[in-house]
Amino acid sequence: MTTTSQPAVAGSIADQPRFDCRNAYVETLADLAANDHRIVGVVNDSVGSSKLDAFKKAFPDRLINVGIAEQDMVGVAAGLANGGRIPFVSAASCFLTGRALEQIKADVAYSNRNVKLCGMSPGMAYGELGPTHHSIEDVAWLRAIDNMIIVVPADPIETAAAMRWAAATEGPAFIRVSRMSVPNVYEADYQFVAGKARTVRDGGDVTIISNGTVLWRSIAAAEQLASEGISARVISMPTVKPLDTDAVIAAAVQTKGIVTAEEATTAGGLGGAVAEAVVQHHPTRMRILGVPEFAPTGSAGFLLDRYGMSPAGIADAARALAMAG
Amino acid sequence: MTALAPEHATMPVLGRLSPYAMREEQIRHIAEAARQIRLQDLKLVHYAGAGHIGGDLSAIDVLATLYGAVLNVSPETVDDPERDRFFLSKGHVAGALYTTLAAFGFIAVDELATFLKPLSRLNGHPNRNKVPGIEANTGPLGHGLPIAVGHAISAKLDVSRRRTYVLVGDGELQEGSNWEAMMAASQYELDSLTVIVDRNRLQQGATVRETNDLDPLDQKAAAFGFSVVEVNGHDHGELLDVLSSAPFRPGKPTFVIAHTHKGHPISFMSNNVAWHHKVPDTDQLQRAIDELESPDHTAN
Repeated sequence: MTTTSQPAVAGSIADQPRFDCRNAYVETLADLAANDHRIVGVVNDSVGSSKLDAFKKAFPDRLINVGIAEQDMVGVAAGLANGGRIPFVSAASCFLTGRALEQIKADVAYSNRNVKLCGMSPGMAYGELGPTHHSIEDVAWLRAIDNMIIVVPADPIETAAAMRWAAATEGPAFIRVSRMSVPNVYEADYQFVAGKARTVRDGGDVTIISNGTVLWRSIAAAEQLASEGISARVISMPTVKPLDTDAVIAAAVQTKGIVTAEEATTAGGLGGAVAEAVVQHHPTRMRILGVPEFAPTGSAGFLLDRYGMSPAGIADAARALAMAG
Repeated sequence: MTALAPEHATMPVLGRLSPYAMREEQIRHIAEAARQIRLQDLKLVHYAGAGHIGGDLSAIDVLATLYGAVLNVSPETVDDPERDRFFLSKGHVAGALYTTLAAFGFIAVDELATFLKPLSRLNGHPNRNKVPGIEANTGPLGHGLPIAVGHAISAKLDVSRRRTYVLVGDGELQEGSNWEAMMAASQYELDSLTVIVDRNRLQQGATVRETNDLDPLDQKAAAFGFSVVEVNGHDHGELLDVLSSAPFRPGKPTFVIAHTHKGHPISFMSNNVAWHHKVPDTDQLQRAIDELESPDHTAN
């Protein structure tokens, strides 16, 4: 397991080796902490699930474990920030965002505290454990909160880059740290820029906008469409808030339609954000792929496929838009 | 009723005495500050037509004691990393806090005339990004104590002598987040942390006992690892002695149960649940002012 770069996509991205973003997370956090005494970890007993055992060994005083108490965890992080520390709160995203939503709103966002909320194992990462442990709502919930930057990295390289950006940037941020292994999409020297999209594959017929664990699936869909003669643009949109509306509007103007694809609810996530931009600036056809319901039993991969986010499923949605009108 | 206007915000700026002033002198100074803050705050609520006067009046003696003689923070040091921190968890008594901050020079007295007005930075709940001296944007209950615990942990990591105080309402302790934070305070042996409970025994519409009783609060706090002290929350001497002497046991956070009355010391408001957020009319305001200005008025 490593965070170093893999060669740029050769053959299909689906055939590339895959990595758990949590490893990049813990390695980056330890590196940041070694170079900045202000960095601390804050957890809700989630030392193991956040893979923070080595961090705890290296910085025993700087891993604040409040026990299974998420409201206290986020309030404590706000208080640590009041004292000049830079807390990285590491907790399963479902509990972090669901249990402590009011603390995120009042203590972090509205109080403008320099707290980094790291939602571990988001989306449907907990698979068969079911909707209580799925965190498909986190992006939509936090997107409704002012003064919150939401980042959904697509691979270990982007996870590390987003953390370095967050550590260097004063203010609240939410970073989703995937558990389901993904291939590297980005080159090793990738620089994350908050609020900026990146076109990871150019195309003029139709656009797929994605992030997180679904980005590589979107790229694989575009590969498939290319073999059919359909040119699909794939836009990586790691920052859901603030959204890169220029990239969205350009896609709306230049291609026949936009598919959004994400490991999150179809209500109010990336798809909602893109739709809000499109409908106000340049209405176009859209398909919003995501999770529309409390998911039945199944692994995250199985469920993504079920909800039309296999490479073939995403290609189907994009093809329909490319062929229409 | 006329609207809140500059002529209604005229309290004197009292500032602080030298830390070397005699205890009796400090107590007299705090008492006068508390009296002036009450007079001013009653006018704010009356002329603004809104506020939480009952809880304001139960908390003012604690606020006046903290800012008047306990906290190591001044208008000049509001951004000093080594300042003491005070978190007002019961954020709905923002009017009392703004008036206290004005009394000690953190904000201008005449700005109090903007309380609750459109676009005023003196909102119904405090905003740290707008008002100097505010440490957290509180309002929803059960938030201040976890934040205070986090700050106290930061002070411990820094091996700093700065202290952390948080004022919570007693009804507010029904929020479970407080008890989560108290467990952490004990686990981390945060003896620089002092929790002050405004124990006025009333919540919005009924007594705490009738609603979801807290007693035996002293035993509960002790069982959560706190060193517990009970004081008359309107006695400036008791408050000064306790708040400036904490901690009482090394390694243990302090839990001060300040026994208070909502609406204190106004005869027709005191311990009357109706005054949670009732607004005094012109006659009631004058009667309250008369009581506070009467030679018979004693701070306690």
